[in-house]
Parts: sequence; structure tokens; C-alpha cells
Amino acid sequence: MNAPGLYELQKRMAAAVMRPLTLDEQMRRRDERNRSIADEVDSFIKPNDRLNSFERLEIYNRQYWFRLFSSFEEDFPGLKSIVGSRRFDRLMRAYLHEHPSRSFTLRNLGSPLVAWLRENPEHAQPDTDTAIAMAALEWAHIEAFDNEQRPALTVEAIAALDDSTCLSLQPYVRLVEAPCAVDDALIALRDASQGAGAQASNAVGIHLVRRTRSSKPAPGQIYLAVHRHENSVYYKRLQCEDYLLLQAFERGSSLGEAIEAAFTDSPLSEEDRLAHVQSAFQYFMHMGWLCEPLPTEAG
Amino acid sequence: MPANRFNAFTNYGVGIGLRVPHYRHILEKKPVVDWFEIISENYMIGGGRPLAILDSILDQYRVVQHGVSMYFGSAEPLSREHLRRIKELVRRTKTPWLSDHLCWGSVDGTYTHDLLPMPYTFEAARHTAEKIRQAQDFLEVPIAVENVSSYAEFHVSQMTEWEFLNEVVEQADCGILLDVNNIYVSSQNHNFDPCTYVESIPAERVAQIHIAGHSKFEKYILDTHDHPVLDPVWSLYARAIERCGPTATLLEWDDRIPSFEEVHAEALKANRYLTPQAAEPLAVTA
Repeated sequence: MNAPGLYELQKRMAAAVMRPLTLDEQMRRRDERNRSIADEVDSFIKPNDRLNSFERLEIYNRQYWFRLFSSFEEDFPGLKSIVGSRRFDRLMRAYLHEHPSRSFTLRNLGSPLVAWLRENPEHAQPDTDTAIAMAALEWAHIEAFDNEQRPALTVEAIAALDDSTCLSLQPYVRLVEAPCAVDDALIALRDASQGAGAQASNAVGIHLVRRTRSSKPAPGQIYLAVHRHENSVYYKRLQCEDYLLLQAFERGSSLGEAIEAAFTDSPLSEEDRLAHVQSAFQYFMHMGWLCEPLPTEAG
Repeated sequence: MPANRFNAFTNYGVGIGLRVPHYRHILEKKPVVDWFEIISENYMIGGGRPLAILDSILDQYRVVQHGVSMYFGSAEPLSREHLRRIKELVRRTKTPWLSDHLCWGSVDGTYTHDLLPMPYTFEAARHTAEKIRQAQDFLEVPIAVENVSSYAEFHVSQMTEWEFLNEVVEQADCGILLDVNNIYVSSQNHNFDPCTYVESIPAERVAQIHIAGHSKFEKYILDTHDHPVLDPVWSLYARAIERCGPTATLLEWDDRIPSFEEVHAEALKANRYLTPQAAEPLAVTA
């Protein structure tokens, strides 16, 4: 199956549709090499008696960006509250230009955002670490909302554990650490937006927020498990040791390696560590957060 | 005519799109609705609330899948992984037929999330039909392709939109989801007679009909799905029903969504044409 003419035409049109808008949300007149976009569009789009070729394609160009902006803003209201409206707008345009959607669903639009912010910290200033942590929390929320739930580890499987056993985290449990209380800030923001009349995102369940800047999250390192229980997403604060334990499982470490990673810098005494691990496992089991690794994850 | 091989010989009546703001009303009040159409992509996920709600709806209602991302007209081949996920959902919903659009929207793995118009060429028709055949073979349910609304036309086109639609569905041997609002919107944007379009489609292939509202601007009409159905669209719908017989009909209302009752009442106006002998449509019952 080959359609070279079709491919070339679609490539040209897609480039025009996805080209960034001007600051006043119009289609650009010149491309990156200063060539006339009107000339380019004229060569494949017909005008009609009311619109020229450029104006006809501009409808698609604007729709493309408005759709992406709307989805991104719905997914990251917390990030917007940290960096402010103006910086958020610049951040959003730069990010979406570098990372157009590579998925059939807009749900995944923010997937590379945290990595991109780390590479481009100037977009997250001045509270860079807080902004990145908030973006990580909001992406974790999206994943916790609708990621798969695998069969939880059974009591029998737990009883058979030894140091070399590898465990896995449920795909709907995501780990986030932050230099301040981004969890409280996001919950407060969402509460404030309730009743604002905005439409909830189908994938995320976060409402659009009218207020664009919140008070700063309270400082202090936190460790979070963002998870789902009875189809609602929760942010559970963890002790550092528990967080490191889960993080090691997420990396595919064995039980022995995970315990070592959890307590390397821990102030807990040797005697207290065993009780701590037992208590942590009881909680993880109660929540069903642990499962067996898929064959592709094991070893 | 309404029950045909393209809708698995079903005889569905008037449905509405399943939308998030109506979830609670539907699950609590259990209104009488012939069927719901879901956007497949909203449920092609691992788990969580959307799938739990879908399962509750499936317990009580008939559901038909409607997709927005198969992009039969994109030059790139179908994604096997994407098809596998759709098939997983097909098994869950037991949709009797499945629809997606006669359009393209992705190039080299980058998605526009738009329903972009096709160049109406024989090359594009052959390519698109082949992809529809492949999808139909893999998914093992009848596929109906929907005509999209459009705002641009290509110099390279070799035929009209309805000739292209006919060419594709004949080659693919698939059904048509006839969107009469889209026909009207495109007719105004491209200066053709919408009745000619409706008269020209192979009526025996129409599996389903879409109706919706649109917005008129100074120089073009936009397919916004945020209004009740307008009179010229009802007129086209009436003609389509005359040609196709009483066909499964669905109202799309996707933006500025009013109450469930308002959306359903608007959809039920279709009964004036589907069952003209009947009295006014029944009120929604709780």
C-alpha cells in the first residue's frame, strides 16, 4: 500500500496546520525560512468566493492550536498557578511546538512535560523546583486516574518472598517528591475552582481554574504516592523510607536491593528497620499497590 | 433498509452521545434511551472511572462505538497496536457496528487531533478503502465511515466529495455514517447543493445518521456541535430518511452541553421523520 502523492500533500498541509500562530492568534505570513506561506498554501488549497486559500487553511491552523491549548490548560492548572498566566502561556506554546502530540489521544499530551521542564528550566522560573514538582504531580494524577490495575500481590506470594524477589508497583500508583506542599496547593486550587462552571476534562477530572496564581505552597520536602482508590485519585504522603522502597520496586529492584536503598541514609536504628518494613508492607498490601512484574519487566 | 449488513441488521432508534456531564443523571435516573454512542478513544485506557462508568452503562443500554483517530485517509499505515486496543473495547461493548471518519489527521506519527479533509483523488480513494478493509478484517465488526465537515478543498481533487465517498465505500465494501449536518456545513463552505449529495449516496449502505448543530460566521460555517439542530439540517435529514428508510440516528452535542433532558428532547425530534405516524415524541422518563 503506497500513496506517495497523498503523503506529500498531507505532509505539506500538516506542516502548515501545526505551524505556531502569531501572538494575536493568526496564521503566520512567513515560514521559518522567510518564505510566503500564502504562496505555499495557494499551491494546494483552492480559494472560494469568500475566502482565499490562506484564510481557509487558517481555520485549521487556529483550531489545531486552540484544541491543544485547551487540553494542556485543563491538565496543568496547578503549574499555571505557580508560574503565572503570562509565563504559562509562553511555556505552553514552546512546549507544544517542541512536543506535538505523538499519541492518538490528547490525554498523553503532557507526558514529556516534566522532562522538558528540567531541560528548559527558564520556563519554570522563578520557583523552578516547585513548578516542576507541580507538573509532576499533575501528570501523576492523570496516570493514576486511568492507568491499568493489575492483580495485586497475594498473601501467598508475600509469604514466599525472599531477598532476590522482584516486585512491581501497580501502574496506577505514581511517585512524586516535592520541595513543598504542592499536594495541598493543588487540592486548594481545585476546591476553589469547583462551581466555576468549567467543564471537567474527560481524562483527568481537573476543572479549569479561573484564578491564575495561588499562594505559595508551604515549604518542606514531601514524598507522595499518587494513587486511585474506588475510582478517585488520592495523594498519600509517605515517609522517606517508604517512598524509596516503592521507588526501588518501580525501578525493578529486588526486595533486598529495595530495602537497602530505603535505609541507606535513614536515621532509623537497625532494630527499628525490620518493624518499619513490616508495617510498610502491611500498608502496601492493604492498598493493593504491589504486584508481580510483567515478564518483560522481570530480570 | 434500516437494518442492513452495515449495521449488523440492527434496528436502533434515536440515540445520543454519552458525555461526562450526563453520567450522573443517566446512572441515577436511568432514563429511557434507545442507545448511546461513545467516543472509543475516551475508553481506550487501562482502567479507572471511565471504564467503570462504561460498564454500568453497558449493563443497561445499547452502546455503539464511534472513533476519531483511525484516520483511514492518512497516508501512513494503520497502527496494529491501535487496532488491538479498539478490538479490546469492541469485545467489551459488543458494538454491533463501529464508525470513524473519512478523513486524515496524522503524518509520520504526529497527530493533529483534527478531522482533516481528503483530496478527492483516485489514489486517495484506493488507499483509504484498503485501510478500511484491513481494519474491518481485523476488528471483525462492520465499519461505517462518516463524511466530515470541511473548510478547504484541494486543487488536485478529481471528483466531488460524494463521488469520493461512493468510490471509497464501494471499494472497501463498508457502510456509511451519513452526517447530514456535515453535508450542510460543507455545502455552504464549498458552494454545492446539499440535496445533490444526499441524492447521490448509496442509500443501501447507510448504517447510521448523525445530526448536530453548527455556527454561522460571516464567511463560513463551523461545525461546532454546540447548538440545537437547525432547520436546513432537519430538511436534509428528512430527505435522507426518505431515501434510506428509518435509520439509526444520533444527535451530537459536544460543547456547551445542556442538561440531559434538553439534549435527549432535541434528539427525539428525529422521530417526527422516523415515525411520522406517531404522535409527539414521548417525554423522557425517570
